Amino acid sequence: MTGAMTGGVALGVVLLCHADLDIAARMARIWVEGGARVAVHVDAKVPAADFARMQAALSDLPEVLFSRRRPCDWGRFSLVAATQDAAQLLLDRFPDTTHVYLASGACLPLRPVRDLRAFLALDPDLDHIESVTAHDVGWTVGGLNEERFTLFYPLDWRRHRKWFDRLVDLQRRLGVRRKVPKGIIPHLGSQWWCLTAATLRAILDDPKRKVFDRYFRLSWIPDESYFQTLARRHALRIESRSLTLAKFDHEGRPYQLYDDHARMLEESHCFVARKVWPGSTGLLDHFPRPAVGSPDATAPRPERFERVINRTVRRRLLGRPGLYMQSRFPRKDAENGKTSAPYAVFHGFSDVFPGFEDWLSGMIDADVHGHLMGPEMAEFAGRPEIGPGAISSSTLIRDRDPQGFLTSLIRVTQRMQVFQFSPRDNQALNWFVATDPNAHVNVITGAWMLPLLDSDMPFDDIRRVTAILQRAELKHLEVLNSVWVKARVQVHELTDFLARPQPLMMQALQALPMRGPVPTGLPAMRDMAGMAELLRRLRNSGLQPRMSGDGLPVHDIPTTERTAAE
Amino acid sequence: MTRVARLPLPARIRRRAERQYLIARAFNRRRALKSMVDRTSQIRPGDILAFVTLRNERVRLPYFLDYYRGLGVDHFLFVNNDSTDGSGNYLAEQPDVSLWWTNAGYKKSRFGMDWMNRLLARYGHGHWCLTVDPDEFLVYPHCDTRPLPALTSWLEASGRRSFPAMLLDMYPKGAIEDQPYAEGQDPFEIARWFDPVNYSISRNSFYGNLWIQGGPRTRNFFRADPLSGPALNKIPLVKWNWRYAYVSSTHMALPRHLNMVYDENGGEMASGTLLHAKFLSTFAEKSAEELDRRQHYANSKEYRAYHAGLTRGTDLWCSESREYVDWQQLEDIGLISRGNWA
Repeated sequence: MTGAMTGGVALGVVLLCHADLDIAARMARIWVEGGARVAVHVDAKVPAADFARMQAALSDLPEVLFSRRRPCDWGRFSLVAATQDAAQLLLDRFPDTTHVYLASGACLPLRPVRDLRAFLALDPDLDHIESVTAHDVGWTVGGLNEERFTLFYPLDWRRHRKWFDRLVDLQRRLGVRRKVPKGIIPHLGSQWWCLTAATLRAILDDPKRKVFDRYFRLSWIPDESYFQTLARRHALRIESRSLTLAKFDHEGRPYQLYDDHARMLEESHCFVARKVWPGSTGLLDHFPRPAVGSPDATAPRPERFERVINRTVRRRLLGRPGLYMQSRFPRKDAENGKTSAPYAVFHGFSDVFPGFEDWLSGMIDADVHGHLMGPEMAEFAGRPEIGPGAISSSTLIRDRDPQGFLTSLIRVTQRMQVFQFSPRDNQALNWFVATDPNAHVNVITGAWMLPLLDSDMPFDDIRRVTAILQRAELKHLEVLNSVWVKARVQVHELTDFLARPQPLMMQALQALPMRGPVPTGLPAMRDMAGMAELLRRLRNSGLQPRMSGDGLPVHDIPTTERTAAE
Repeated sequence: MTRVARLPLPARIRRRAERQYLIARAFNRRRALKSMVDRTSQIRPGDILAFVTLRNERVRLPYFLDYYRGLGVDHFLFVNNDSTDGSGNYLAEQPDVSLWWTNAGYKKSRFGMDWMNRLLARYGHGHWCLTVDPDEFLVYPHCDTRPLPALTSWLEASGRRSFPAMLLDMYPKGAIEDQPYAEGQDPFEIARWFDPVNYSISRNSFYGNLWIQGGPRTRNFFRADPLSGPALNKIPLVKWNWRYAYVSSTHMALPRHLNMVYDENGGEMASGTLLHAKFLSTFAEKSAEELDRRQHYANSKEYRAYHAGLTRGTDLWCSESREYVDWQQLEDIGLISRGNWA
């Protein structure tokens, strides 16, 4: 027993076991071989044969005690009672115990137990127990913080989930508020602690223990609050951090540890980690690390491990922006990022400047596509049949899921995506783009009319097409002018744009990654001869052109009528 | 959707009626299955079971069995649909295989799902059951370090009963016949390319599942009619209950909660993928044969399209194809996710 006295620390361990007793037995042996005494509590629901096997496996170790078996339910007082029994037994049978560590059969010691003893010896009066006032705690799951202590919880949540919730609701409505016994302030914390024997004895021998037990019997998850609260009453000094590495997911379930965590666990330098998946034979073989040289009393550094876990939680809750896949298909406006990266839409520019696409791609460091939503094909830069990420240029395939088309394209490419747009294109994404903060939308209204000047279609067809396109653009502008817009939108009427093309073009290019110095020239503009004539004919045919503006520079016929509807 | 599901009734009742119909139908067809080798007495509680229908897949079987044994499948339940290439004899010799034989029509048995539902109900109750084809290979997050029981025990601890694995079509570079597949070989040494994005998704409000299409098959064979392209969404891993039923292949199941394997609030749930080794050198003969039998979905439209495409010597590979590395690559691309399985 001399080993147990290293540094004056005699360590006792309370081991709570619910399943996988073979592994639990192994853990008990590890603790004992490291010089600790162990009081094992085995859930009464475990089959007697398994229990007998565990007892037999540990029969050669006089340092292992078995406490009275109680049936344990998650979140109920039975867990606390089991801990009390085992701790009492441990302190009675080994009165020289100085510290008691609460662990479970699935808790794996990572470092040699003597390291833990050396660490405790550094400050033997310190109690290591996470203990935060229920008022301030932010980590509990399910919204029950203070209500854990102010309502009654007579039902088991796992077995009577529905009634449990109904009862909580009912009590809330009735305004039930339990009185907290005098002398304690509810605290919460990780259920895995290491207390000094003095503190633990004080808790167990508290003259008001009956009152406290009665109170906690009907509170919610007392194993996370009973000792955490009472330690505040009795402890001299508390280090409010658990020595056991135990992380929980967003639903309050413990993370399991697997073989591939070995390196990370070793780096975490923690004494104990949970919860080990029983099949992780690699972890069980690797840990605890053998004791080499003199005991190492350095403190745990779980930050890196916690960061990894937090990243996973974030992925589970928020996901990757702009990703739509088999297990992430967010509802509209619940996307946490509609797209994964900024992109730009140029509406009407390719109509004013026929060579705009080539000009722009020489100017900026981005993938400049043609009309991605075009009616003939998805015009990827260079017009390949199969675009980035093997996305098909077929309009039928694209229109099956236009949003998926755009978001996948943005996600799979490295550079910024820029594409042309016009009322001729598929308008299905107008709301999506307008409400996406990643979008830069630059619009020249009415520019769609310019290609009609060169067409040799009969006038009746031109009139029909004009009506359709004008309606489409008006609808799009309604979207862009709505209060829901999150995109950066710049809308110019064609006439305004033609009046001072250079500064407005610069403004449009501002947010884009420029290749070199800001350009001074503009690409060649389309010939606008005949525009005024076309507008006049359209107007006279009963259609009011609304988007091109009234003050075209080539305007030569005064317009006074305001009568005809479009 | 079966006829029952189209009755003018509230959706919940229609779904229930359809589920009961499917279960009854599967039970009714139990005599179509003739037990050849019955080793089901070896199945212990908690075992992971694999359910497979096959026809003339002898050359694929050795690798298939080894792959899933390696992952931790404890027992295989095969339905041999009248194979003529010795698949039956080979399977009968395997120590962890139970084998049934049938010559009933594949199409008439709802593309084999009646047989699968029957065996699942009879042997799968209370087990984690993997329903796959012999050319589908499950890949899930951490599959290189954690066996299937780790996944199922985690799913169970998270209160989930099903796990999605989208079908990912793998293909070789160059014409499909160029690199012959040898028995026992890892098919993904040959067919090791895939489409990284190029998938379209919509939600089916009746069954609640996502309907995923796309990939090289849509890009090459269904350009003119992408809606009739094959569905890629699958839910192959389910903790089965005899009250459950697969509706259409393993694309969706009833009750509906089994299909709710995706997060709608922006988060990511865990998911895997079934690497689909369909496009190997064995494919050309197979497609010719299937074309004759007309036993496949939508009058083998798919096979007709393949055949037309393949005889022209179409190469599924394109410069945007990605070469398969491991599950982490798939996760980075966003085809699968570890969810909160850290």
